[in-house]
Amino acid sequence: MAIIEVVDLGKRYGPKVAVDSVSFTVEEGEIFGILGPNGAGKTTTVECVEGMRVPDRGTIRVDGLDPRRDRDELRRRMGVQLQESLLPERLRVWEALDLYSSFYPDPADWRDLLVRLGLEGQRDVEFGKLSGGQKQRLSVALALVGRPRIAVLDELTTGLDPQARRDTWDLVEAVRDSGVTILLVTHFMEEAERLCDRLAVIDAGRVVAIDSPAGLVSRVDGEQRVRFRPSEPIAEQLLRELAEVSDVRSHGGQIVVTGTGNLLHAVTSLLARNQVVAAELRIEQTSLDDAFVELTGRKLSS
Amino acid sequence: MLKVIRVEAKLYLREGVMAYFSLLFPTILLLVLGAIPMLRSPDPTFGGLRFIDGYVGTLVVITLGYLGLQRVPTTVATYREKGVLRRLSTTPLHPAKVLTAQLVVNLAAAVTSVVLVVAAGKLVFDIDLPHHPVGFVLATLLGATSLFALGLVIAALAPTARAATGVAGVLFILIMFFGGAYLPRFLLPEAVNTVGRYLPPGVAALQNAWVGTAPEPLHLVIMALITAFAGTVAARTFRWE
Repeated sequence: MAIIEVVDLGKRYGPKVAVDSVSFTVEEGEIFGILGPNGAGKTTTVECVEGMRVPDRGTIRVDGLDPRRDRDELRRRMGVQLQESLLPERLRVWEALDLYSSFYPDPADWRDLLVRLGLEGQRDVEFGKLSGGQKQRLSVALALVGRPRIAVLDELTTGLDPQARRDTWDLVEAVRDSGVTILLVTHFMEEAERLCDRLAVIDAGRVVAIDSPAGLVSRVDGEQRVRFRPSEPIAEQLLRELAEVSDVRSHGGQIVVTGTGNLLHAVTSLLARNQVVAAELRIEQTSLDDAFVELTGRKLSS
Repeated sequence: MLKVIRVEAKLYLREGVMAYFSLLFPTILLLVLGAIPMLRSPDPTFGGLRFIDGYVGTLVVITLGYLGLQRVPTTVATYREKGVLRRLSTTPLHPAKVLTAQLVVNLAAAVTSVVLVVAAGKLVFDIDLPHHPVGFVLATLLGATSLFALGLVIAALAPTARAATGVAGVLFILIMFFGGAYLPRFLLPEAVNTVGRYLPPGVAALQNAWVGTAPEPLHLVIMALITAFAGTVAARTFRWE
């Protein structure tokens, strides 16, 4: 069942069109990603879903509610983690959780959240003294303290180091496993690939594609490359004769075979027939990055 | 709501030296001035009163001016700038309650500071307790609300927290000047004193209620009008983000 439904959303700021036309649905219990470069309209889209902005056009239903008209009720059911929003510097971690839990009719026990988010050591630390990763985790904790049905996480891991980023991803998966539907805004391909069940690729205010990460990749008929170092010399001509192969190059004892279909199997079978062992074997496939370039005509990351 | 007030009160006290200083400054100033013998003996220059008797209204002005024109606008504008209010607007708590809590905490600080200065005045220098208690309470409350409302207008209109602090700082100096904080009011030209009577937080009303007979109703009405007007402007123009 769809828990979020966005149909033909449009929003402009003065002459600037932030969201041209965006439609998507999010199923209950999934992690749905909104992926796109900076300025694509991702944040404006989720702000309309959160009821923080009034759309110029289109309809939005969230858990059966109209985000503007039923704003009060929506706020009880939706936890939001905003991009770059802070707490008072001197507010302590436990006080923030205690305070925010008092806003909700049936809050989670914030002491449990503290442990789940690995912040029990920071219980009495002031917000201003937390590291970037700790602030981000606290921010997620505050989004969850009201036991929301839906959590909206905007640029969750921006500015985090790789370890903190992976920890945060584990956390998001754990939250989803506890039954919360997650709407995740990101411009990190790796994050989208790792976390999202499905994602909408947004570019210049429009949805370019909606699919699972693997589905998006398969839409792009990309070539694969197989690299290896043969144990004995092998004639390039044998490789070229394979139906799957489109190109073969060798340099410095390493061979790179480009092709489509079940390329790896074709190459390794040939090598086996000729009693050649492939050392340092690697396969490079189309990534979500390539898919993004294909779909939008430009690279996602700067 | 009580929890929000408690948290804001904690945050206020955690500001450290300035928090305690703002509570104690008028009392300390009174003790320092009163330690000078000349200022605690009746003198024709001061209209036959002691200097310190003629200065009590100003002490209250200092408290209210600091809280209303330094603390309120800076804190509120900073909350907005840092996204504290925006974050709250995604929860069931309306961010207006945080502003209300701010005002409650600052009002409590104002009351504490005034009570301390009244007590110190009575105990140390035998300055009379307010002659007109009801009038004094009214003058203090309306003085506080008028300046708090002005502080909120500044926070509402200033584009950044820095701008709010700057504008509020200028207004603070003016209010201090007309309130007699820099030069005692009996040394100021009559024209300046006339203006001072009608400027918030109403030094004349405070002075009259404390050691005079009663505050002039007109002065109180003006403070109430300033509160209502500035409060409306602040509410109309306030941006949460």
